[in-house]
Amino acid sequence: MAINLLRDSGVPLEQQRFTWRDLVQAPYNKLMDDAFTRVRVILMNGIESEALRFSHACARMNAPLQRALAQVRRIEQHQQTMVNWLNPADQDPLETTIGFEQVAIEVTASVAEKEPDPYLAQVFRFGLLEDFDHLYRYSALMDRLQGKDANALVQSYSDIVPGRPTVIEHRDPLDDLRKPYDRRRAAPLTKLHALTIMAGEHQTHDYYMTIGPMFADPVARQVYAEIASIEEQHVTQYESIIDPNETWLEKWLLHEATEVYNYWSCVESEENPRIRAIWERFLDYELGHVRFVARLFEETEGRDAAEVLPDRMPEPIRYTSHREFVRETLRRELTLSAAGTEFVDREQETEATRAYRDQMNSEGSPTETVAAGYVWRPGTELTDPAARVPATSSKSKRRAA
Amino acid sequence: MRQSARQGSNRTGIMAAPERAKQMVEATREFPPSSPGDALAIAEVRIAYAQEGEGMGETPRLLMDKLGERLAFEHAGARLYEALLSKHRAYGSFEGGPSGEDVLHILTEEYEHADFLSGAIKNLGGDPTALTPAADLALNISAGLPQVLSDPRTNLLQSLEAIVVAELADNECWTTLAQFASQAGQDELAEQCGVAIEHERDHLRKVRMWIAAGQGREAAAGDGAEMPEDEYTFSEDSPVDREGYVVSEEERAESRETGGQPPTGTSGKDRPARRDRK
Repeated sequence: MAINLLRDSGVPLEQQRFTWRDLVQAPYNKLMDDAFTRVRVILMNGIESEALRFSHACARMNAPLQRALAQVRRIEQHQQTMVNWLNPADQDPLETTIGFEQVAIEVTASVAEKEPDPYLAQVFRFGLLEDFDHLYRYSALMDRLQGKDANALVQSYSDIVPGRPTVIEHRDPLDDLRKPYDRRRAAPLTKLHALTIMAGEHQTHDYYMTIGPMFADPVARQVYAEIASIEEQHVTQYESIIDPNETWLEKWLLHEATEVYNYWSCVESEENPRIRAIWERFLDYELGHVRFVARLFEETEGRDAAEVLPDRMPEPIRYTSHREFVRETLRRELTLSAAGTEFVDREQETEATRAYRDQMNSEGSPTETVAAGYVWRPGTELTDPAARVPATSSKSKRRAA
Repeated sequence: MRQSARQGSNRTGIMAAPERAKQMVEATREFPPSSPGDALAIAEVRIAYAQEGEGMGETPRLLMDKLGERLAFEHAGARLYEALLSKHRAYGSFEGGPSGEDVLHILTEEYEHADFLSGAIKNLGGDPTALTPAADLALNISAGLPQVLSDPRTNLLQSLEAIVVAELADNECWTTLAQFASQAGQDELAEQCGVAIEHERDHLRKVRMWIAAGQGREAAAGDGAEMPEDEYTFSEDSPVDREGYVVSEEERAESRETGGQPPTGTSGKDRPARRDRK
């Protein structure tokens, strides 16, 4: 499906309507749907969440835009609801967490592979290896807390092995800032990539901050606390790659374009026809938002929207396994760290990062504890007798079979 | 270490703050509901969604579905007993309570059951790593158990109360599984399930006994510490029998006449009709 951001009119705002019944549709099937349907639902919830977050910040700083922002924001709110409510109730928070990390791996890998700016591609690969490790830590938690196999969610698309260990991901705040793209020179795809990943990571952070304290297990609570801290670092990183000199309206227009890009990517890859119909509907809604904001942008700034928007969509996000790309990145860049805005080998880390990490880890690292010796196995670690609590003192000799 | 719930600091009831409670009630008079109706409105919505819904997933062959369910539950159960070992170390035991060895013994049998089930699924051409609809359902049903066992605030006795729920489900479901295996003509499998059922009976008996001891009850027959010989868990006056059928007044009278035997000496299929099925 060809999309033209400058010409396609989509659905006008006044025709974008919902009912409460409409907002709450049947969820996808945890057991039967493809893992990437869950991945898309989780990411699109993050994209809509960012739409609201930006809109509120913008409204607080720009009185003249408040009416327009309020109108579009109400629609985005309901779009987010319909998307987020596609998550099924038999998917518990830890299972959804596994989905969040699969988003962070596969979507970031797709973006990193296609990113035209080599420095930003490095930024994405850097974050990718860290989120990749989180999938492994949470999988260990799921297995060891609930006796469940995370691969029932991952569906074998993403490896469940350590990445850059979370214990060494902790850095000084100033070593998480990166250099921004230049709004005048950056490719449109670069801007769409940056907003997409920032949105996903921000929602991940907020989700962990919400569900972390719902666990009774102190290790689970600690693991969420530790990984949420890394997600905050990631938000800091991805936020800083976006040119802060873009005007508010330019940023708004780019947000809407990012939503179009993402819904379009979902339409291109979704197998579930019922869910695809939702992506198609919201793609048309977002095209309507682009029209609305482009007009406002042109009237207010006296600039052509074509200065900001590409007429043709770049390649869509690839909702597929990036196993080889991730493994190759692991092999080459596992020992990478950051000093200021540059990527360096771990030996060249700043004193500030070392001091901060030593302090935070001085009483141990929960992500190390939870995955101590953890080797993912199909059907849980328990299928390996060596991973069981030693039965040396057991008098049981009876066998079930 | 203490094994009973803390007393005296509960603030959840209205008696903890009678004056505030009074104000709470007063407010309900001043600010009435914003819409009419009752709790049945929820049912209407539930029914409407259920009628339009897609269910939990395509059900594989029933036996395979149930084997998957038991495997998932045995894995989850093993993690529960691992957590129980930590409780034992953290809180110690109590008079009449389990030793570490006792817990380890049951844990080992849970591991063995999982291995057996995994092998059985493979032998039938299935994939033991697949999450079947029944497995997903069983894990959701028991989702509160790991929450209780992994909570550092719960002691050994409180944890055993969670464990007994798992053991009750285990007893129920292994029996069901054996019946499914028989119906499917898998006699050897059914026989092997019988061995696991013996283990599960033993687990339940022990856990009940430990709980009774922890609560200062006599661990004698009739107080729940022993499995009744005929496994009949409903009283004579129970409105339903052990298969879940409603017992009519007629049947109850008949039962009394026959010396108080439960009205379920016959299987459901011997009954003329299942009109009372709930």
